[in-house]
Amino acid sequence: MIDFVGKKRWFFLISEILVVIGIIALVISQIQLGTPLRLGTDFTGGTSMILQFTPQVDQEQLRQELTNLGYSETMIQGSGDDFLIRLREISPQERQELTKELEMRLGSEVTIRDYAMVSGHIATNTASNAIIAVIIAAVAMLFYIVWAFRRMPKPFRWGTCAIIALIHDVFIIVGIFSLLGWLGGVAIDALFITGLLAVVGYSINNTVVIFDRIRENVSRHISPDFAVTVNSSIVETLGRSLNTSLTTLFVILALFLFGGATIHYFVLVLLLGVIIGTYSSICVSSQLLVVWEKKDWRSLLPFAKRTA
Amino acid sequence: MRSRNVYLLIFILALFGFALWSIVPINAKLLGPNGLRLGLDLKGGSQLLYEADLSKKDPSITDAEAMASVIDKIQRRVDLYGVAEPVIQKLGTDRILVQLPGVKDIDEAVNLIGEVAELDFREQKLDASGNTTWVIATAVGSDGQEEELTGKYLKRAYLNYIELEGYVVMIEWDSEGGYLFEKITKQNLNKPLAIFLDNELISAPIVQTVITAGQTGYIKGDFTTSEAQTLAIQLNSGALDLPLTIIDQRDVDASLGADSIRQSILAAAIGIILLSLFMLLYYRLPGLIACCSLGIYGVFLLSIFNLFSSQLTLTLPGIAGFILSLGMAVDANVLIFERMKEELRGGRSLGAAVEAGFNRAWTAIRDSNITTFIACLILFWLGGTFGAFMVRGFAVTLFIGVALSMFTAIVVTRTLLRLIIGSRVVSNLAAYGVKK
Repeated sequence: MIDFVGKKRWFFLISEILVVIGIIALVISQIQLGTPLRLGTDFTGGTSMILQFTPQVDQEQLRQELTNLGYSETMIQGSGDDFLIRLREISPQERQELTKELEMRLGSEVTIRDYAMVSGHIATNTASNAIIAVIIAAVAMLFYIVWAFRRMPKPFRWGTCAIIALIHDVFIIVGIFSLLGWLGGVAIDALFITGLLAVVGYSINNTVVIFDRIRENVSRHISPDFAVTVNSSIVETLGRSLNTSLTTLFVILALFLFGGATIHYFVLVLLLGVIIGTYSSICVSSQLLVVWEKKDWRSLLPFAKRTA
Repeated sequence: MRSRNVYLLIFILALFGFALWSIVPINAKLLGPNGLRLGLDLKGGSQLLYEADLSKKDPSITDAEAMASVIDKIQRRVDLYGVAEPVIQKLGTDRILVQLPGVKDIDEAVNLIGEVAELDFREQKLDASGNTTWVIATAVGSDGQEEELTGKYLKRAYLNYIELEGYVVMIEWDSEGGYLFEKITKQNLNKPLAIFLDNELISAPIVQTVITAGQTGYIKGDFTTSEAQTLAIQLNSGALDLPLTIIDQRDVDASLGADSIRQSILAAAIGIILLSLFMLLYYRLPGLIACCSLGIYGVFLLSIFNLFSSQLTLTLPGIAGFILSLGMAVDANVLIFERMKEELRGGRSLGAAVEAGFNRAWTAIRDSNITTFIACLILFWLGGTFGAFMVRGFAVTLFIGVALSMFTAIVVTRTLLRLIIGSRVVSNLAAYGVKK
């Protein structure tokens, strides 16, 4: 039988490194961009458009002409025929003028394939709602698990461990997107939050399946040692954990590779969520239960001496 | 026991047949006679989110009444403009969501919906310092009261073309309006009488003759056809009771939507093939059964979207939700099969292992899916608070998908498995992925 619980210090170390990298990314992004995550139009307000040029134009040329037209603060992503550009809030007249000028200056026909204009006022509103949604989700999950495990001794402990794993998952994904925003210009939008909440559901889903087995094994008294009980529960459900994650990964990976640009980063959130959610259900939430049961808090510290 | 399973199988097949029937023919409209209702991100079109300034409402009516009246007028304007399947709904207390699928010229649509279009006639007066100003023309009405001549007396407005004048908007007054108009043209004979729209001077022709009640007049002002048409629609539907501002606008080109559909179908096909191969190779016979129930699941889900196409809209993240739910639908099967294998290894008979597999896996399936439901509900709330229609599409699809996946795993897979085991066609344990 594979000993998962015995390796918990390594798992905690890996998770801690990932979380620290995430924190560093957020701090660097805050310093460099003035915001921990590069925010898209949904949260800042402004205009975003996907422009298609026939014949194709060069990104540098497009940037040059936009600067000449007085849109120097414009974000441009993409190449070849489809460009995603983000600029300040513009009026319909300005938009018409902009496309007309670009067509003339670049000698290429412009089609606006996607256009979003969000006023700053609703954007602020959306940003706070998104934060509220994530917090409500976490609290709702906590209460749900406390309720589902109400017959166990200390149900609140089960809920807390699941929520810590959940926050761990969300944090790592946020960290990765902070890096992508800083290095790749990727901005988060409403779909990012959507993906994050789906991940919240998925991550807890995995944790609950393992917890369910621990619950069953505890009531069957398979071992007086809680660590052994947890470990056999992880091993017994391992086939299920890996297989479901694999089947889900197959479909999401296909969507990530072939599903087109519009939901590319949304699918990336789901992809990361499935991987990290599976990892954390095996290596974080269940292990935390053991740590708490044994009061073995030192195992959480990366370089502390091993306790007997 | 046996006959109960046969009945269940017949029930499942009947349901499957019905679902299949509901989604054929697979044609240009994408499945079924009515077609799926596609979101703007797949079909192309525009979405506008308006915020109304409730502080400017008529104090004698409630906020809800004022909003209802504005929504009603927007509905009329959109209907007159001729948009197929528009969505006009209230969000929160002061926001109105308008979705216009397939609209090409969005700026024109924006004008049509949001502009106030308040019509009045004004005559020239001298003010205190001796300058001429325009003031709203008044006359004593039939009830003896001094009345202003405004759009409220309008019976009908329509587009017309008049030689030498170009496109004009014809206006027909109701009886009171005609009465007032006659008096006012009499007062202003050989003087200019101005037509104002939203406090803007449109034209100020000199009154040549007294226009008696029952005659139609027209508004002239260098209009293009569509401008005159829009104005006529606005005048007909009456002025909006509240000033509106656009706070969120999203347009998607139809070609982008078509690309998205093509790409997602490809992605779904590849994902499903990989998934099925994995299930077959790893779980053997139960894997094959899982693939069958997955197929049934897919048809059911599409059928639900087809049958309830008036309520359910398929969006691009919705397709992602659908594909994600396929992966999760397998989850319930995997949970059951893993449990079954354990029971078989533990030395139980096939029949007993199947029953134990289902019974023991049930709490895990139930408890774990509830968390996804909670996330979906929160997303549904979040999606309703702002303009990103994609968020709700994802939440709804995932919710329906997960609920349905529980049904297919618990009812469909179990029935098929029981029948096959009961028939004793395949009793070799290797077929169930267990080494002897």
